Amino acid sequence: MTELLQTLTTTIAVGSLYALLALGYTLVYGVLKFINFAHSDIFVLGAWTTFTAANVLTDRLGINPTQSPWWGAVLILLLTIAVCATVGYLIERFAYRPLRKAPRLNVLITAIGVSLLLQNLGQLNGRVTVATDKDGRPTATLPFGSTPRSMPPLLPDLVLNETVLSQGTLAGGTQRGLVKLDQPLTMLDGRTYRIEFTRTADGQPRREVLALTATAGTFPPGTDLATQPRRSPAEVDGLPYSLIRSPRVPIMLVDVVIVAVAITLMLGLEFLVFRTRLGRAMRALSFNIENAALMGINVNAVISFTFVLGTALAAAAAFLYPLKYPGLNQPAHQIWVLLGLKAFIAAVVGGIGNIRGAVLGGFLIAGIEFFGTLYGDKLFISLGARPGLGTSLADVYVFSILILVLLVKPNGLLGSPVKEKV
Amino acid sequence: MRKALLALATLALIPCIAQAAAQPPAAPITIGHYGSLTGSEATFGQSTSNGIKLAIEQINAKGGINGQLILLKEYDTKGDAKEATLAVTRLVKSDKVVAVLGEVASKLSLAAAPVCQEAQVPMISPSSTNPRVTQAGDYIFRVCFIDPFQGLAGAKFATGTLKAMNAAVLIDQAQAYAVGLGEQFQLNYTKLGGKIVSTQTYSGGAQDFTAQLTAIRTAKPDIIYIPGYYTDVGNIAVQARKMGITAPLLGGDGWDSAELAKIAKDAIEGSYYTNHYAPDQPDAKVVQFIADYRKAFGNQTPDGLAALGYDAANILFAAIKNSKSLAGPDLRAAIAATKDFPGVTGNITLNKDRDAEKACVVVELAGDPPQPKYVTTVAPR
Amino acid sequence: MPSALDATTNAQLRRPNLPLITLPWLACALLGLAMLMLGRFLGSYQETLMQQVGIFAIAAVSLNIVNGLAGQFSMGHAGFMAVGAYVAAATTYYGSLLHFNTAELQPGLFNFGHVLMLIGLLAGALVAAALGYLVGLPSLRLRGDYLAIVTLGFGEIVRVLLQQTSPQVNGKDPAEIAAFTDAPLRTLARIPLNGALGFEGVPAYATNLWIWTFVGITCLAAYRIKESSSGRAFLSIREDEIAARAMGINLTKYKVRAFVLAAFFAGIAGGLLAHAGVTTSPIDAGFQRSFEIIIVVVLGGLGSISGAVLAAIVFVLLPQVLHPIKDYRLVIFALLLISMMLLRPKGLFGVREIWNILPRRAAHTKPGATP
Repeated sequence: MTELLQTLTTTIAVGSLYALLALGYTLVYGVLKFINFAHSDIFVLGAWTTFTAANVLTDRLGINPTQSPWWGAVLILLLTIAVCATVGYLIERFAYRPLRKAPRLNVLITAIGVSLLLQNLGQLNGRVTVATDKDGRPTATLPFGSTPRSMPPLLPDLVLNETVLSQGTLAGGTQRGLVKLDQPLTMLDGRTYRIEFTRTADGQPRREVLALTATAGTFPPGTDLATQPRRSPAEVDGLPYSLIRSPRVPIMLVDVVIVAVAITLMLGLEFLVFRTRLGRAMRALSFNIENAALMGINVNAVISFTFVLGTALAAAAAFLYPLKYPGLNQPAHQIWVLLGLKAFIAAVVGGIGNIRGAVLGGFLIAGIEFFGTLYGDKLFISLGARPGLGTSLADVYVFSILILVLLVKPNGLLGSPVKEKV
Repeated sequence: MRKALLALATLALIPCIAQAAAQPPAAPITIGHYGSLTGSEATFGQSTSNGIKLAIEQINAKGGINGQLILLKEYDTKGDAKEATLAVTRLVKSDKVVAVLGEVASKLSLAAAPVCQEAQVPMISPSSTNPRVTQAGDYIFRVCFIDPFQGLAGAKFATGTLKAMNAAVLIDQAQAYAVGLGEQFQLNYTKLGGKIVSTQTYSGGAQDFTAQLTAIRTAKPDIIYIPGYYTDVGNIAVQARKMGITAPLLGGDGWDSAELAKIAKDAIEGSYYTNHYAPDQPDAKVVQFIADYRKAFGNQTPDGLAALGYDAANILFAAIKNSKSLAGPDLRAAIAATKDFPGVTGNITLNKDRDAEKACVVVELAGDPPQPKYVTTVAPR
Repeated sequence: MPSALDATTNAQLRRPNLPLITLPWLACALLGLAMLMLGRFLGSYQETLMQQVGIFAIAAVSLNIVNGLAGQFSMGHAGFMAVGAYVAAATTYYGSLLHFNTAELQPGLFNFGHVLMLIGLLAGALVAAALGYLVGLPSLRLRGDYLAIVTLGFGEIVRVLLQQTSPQVNGKDPAEIAAFTDAPLRTLARIPLNGALGFEGVPAYATNLWIWTFVGITCLAAYRIKESSSGRAFLSIREDEIAARAMGINLTKYKVRAFVLAAFFAGIAGGLLAHAGVTTSPIDAGFQRSFEIIIVVVLGGLGSISGAVLAAIVFVLLPQVLHPIKDYRLVIFALLLISMMLLRPKGLFGVREIWNILPRRAAHTKPGATP
């Protein structure tokens, strides 16, 4: 049950990211009828812009968004959207618009070309240093370079559903990595217990959480309890602490933020497309460009807008992604392309060109990926395969579902069939 | 415009054909390096390249070897075996280099090794750890230890020092390095009496390991072995700690980067990895290397691959100096005779299998923020 | 939905005045002659380069059958190539271990090693063709981009499955060889294709002579297909499926046939690559490699066989020429690709062949020539 719920929370969080990214593919396909292979690279650009901006903010301007001002993070989000939207506009204007009447294969190759260009521009080694740490080592450069980097935190590292059991005063244990509590502690099997306290490090107050690594049992006050990470007795002596029982399925603040931002943007998009004049123009274009032009719609402007809208959604996803996964791979790393591919599959499975389909597809693909990883291995082991085989086939499950869905419903789950005309 | 562009493309092809005719004079000693300077694995190639360039800069500043300067020819492989074959053939056949340095990835070293072997040009791989690489022939060397030894060192440390008898492993199936090292760890660990309680894998491109970690959490291991690269390890550590997994993590030389502690922060505290060297060992060579590297490359901190590239180049230079001539067989013999070479990554002796015989250090990430700290040395054999 | 591809009339596909069969052979003969002149480069970088050009040409010409002629957009061509490569590599490698007790290259112009290679190539091509049949089947229900995505999924599935294979028998270790030759079937049942590391140590029997012979065969076959009734059927499907069906063309049959033919030759290209001293690894089945082949086909002109060959030459040589600009190399390459698409969207030759273009150019320069 715990496994199931844990995987479900992951699915919802990652599914939101896939959905945001899938919306970009779907929007562009809806009006331009081609697969924008450069979309995942816009996403990468967004993630690295977020990284660069966050470093400038923390290292150069000395602002720490995890404490205050919290709007530092919002600033970065807006900047990321602005950068990606601009690049998206330029790509549409100079690479795709001239090919509007060209065969679709050409547009596709151009998209691959743009994707290669963005990747290789991005990983050119940092010519300009825009932020450095206190030892003068560069923390952010432009272009982004080819080294994986660590994202500075923009959100406090909070678990929302933990239970505070009691409070007391902490004492250092007999050696580094051990602490003593001033009250008896009973640890149940299968649950983890943590102590939270605030200590001053480098002149800054710092909230710390230490996990107690002992297994189940009852411990009288003053027992040496091992922790992870380890602190020296001097670092923890005499600090007031809270004893926390971690939930079986932790719900992280970052996941809630991801889902909240994603849902807000999806509702906004739904409103824009179905309730505004601009949205009506977009829908008209997706039916028939020539007719829409005859109706007085400014085709180029609407296409550009749709494209920019798609890239902005990718930018928002790109802002959220490094918050969840602080180890940021370099711009030309193939994991980005695979990520883009999964989002794209989500759009196709849901029915490309269909906004609700993209959202549905995003959650579906994430679900297949994570539940497949979790239960696939058990299934394969029960069939006599070596352990680990089932988990490494996660991508195969995703692609198989794609093929399966397309064979049964060639236009995706929510796609409407295209009428053939002679 | 169109015609001009086409003409330009045609013109661009001419030097390629012309190149066959003009061979550079042999006055400076030309050595070659092929590596992934672009693409997914660009980090590794560029670090190695920086290490090699630093070594060349230093030796040329001292007037070269016996009065001859060292010239580097370097080709990018994009991490593609086809390009690696082309690059090495070009170095060996067209540029007539005396020796070749490269590659990081065992896959690409294996692709290129037969070319060097056939042309009798020595090749030194700085960091390909797969045992098969040097089996390609007697002209193929390496300056790093091999997977079986590193796997053994990890297993010995886990069962001996940590007394952790239940291990889970988490392996990237898309990385030959991770698969090879993971296999060797499991083999040695079970031989030493340990029990593998959970084998989890992922296939490149995954950044969310919750599903795998959920299964690992249920198995309650004493230690989790992750033979991957530091970006993934960082993300895994963060996710594992958030899920309440407190078992220490253990890994290999793929962890060696200052970025790991920055990505994982507290989550990686108390974890261990086997490595070529420990940066906190007060070794004058290491301190000097780090200082020189920072100076040469805009304050960047060198990672293990840069150090290995630096050592590979310096071993080659020492061999060139000791060699009777620059001909392949002589140089090969000189490299094979390398004994107790004082490298940044330890004292290097090349054994009869042309693999570096050197100790493996176990490093702990300890403190706040976590810093690599020397724990113990596992001696070869 | 009507295809946006430029309409091709039969007039554009003018047949050359020479007998059909001579032209591709003529081209190959010229290349052979050039190779003889390049004899002094034997075993040189240029030779390796030519090998890769040849293999790329086969891959591109084969993709052209399904993409260019039949208009069925396939993005999984590298998957077929990889399947061919692994089957051929395993045949030669394990065959050599059984027969010669070593996987070393056997000397001589023609020996059993070459026979093994040929068997391997054929086996690889047939397995690839069988998979081509499977992948071709959905093309009845799916079209355009959807089909493309399915083929892309096929390549990715091949990639992930290849990663799961078990380690190769080590041809440098007598003990392992002995264990293998004692019980070859039991060993092979483990599918020892070396997982993520890639299948290595295949003896390099595929010299330029072999490769360019196969280039000739592939081009000839592709040309015959293009000019045959099948080829006409492919073109009509590409231009308008509904009209083609109305003309009595069995869509399923021809679409599947295009996939099978393309996969067959892709399998040969892959097999040759494995025998040309290049390690084949799972990543070679992935979409990035498929894109490379698509780029070559579009650069050459969809449907043009000689265009595909020429584009293969450009595609292999260009990055090599760009080496001196270091990490800007792929940036420039991407820029050239985009500008090529913008400035010459039909590729080098469009659907025409090189001999369709040259005389026409001559006619343009001669005023008063017969229209």
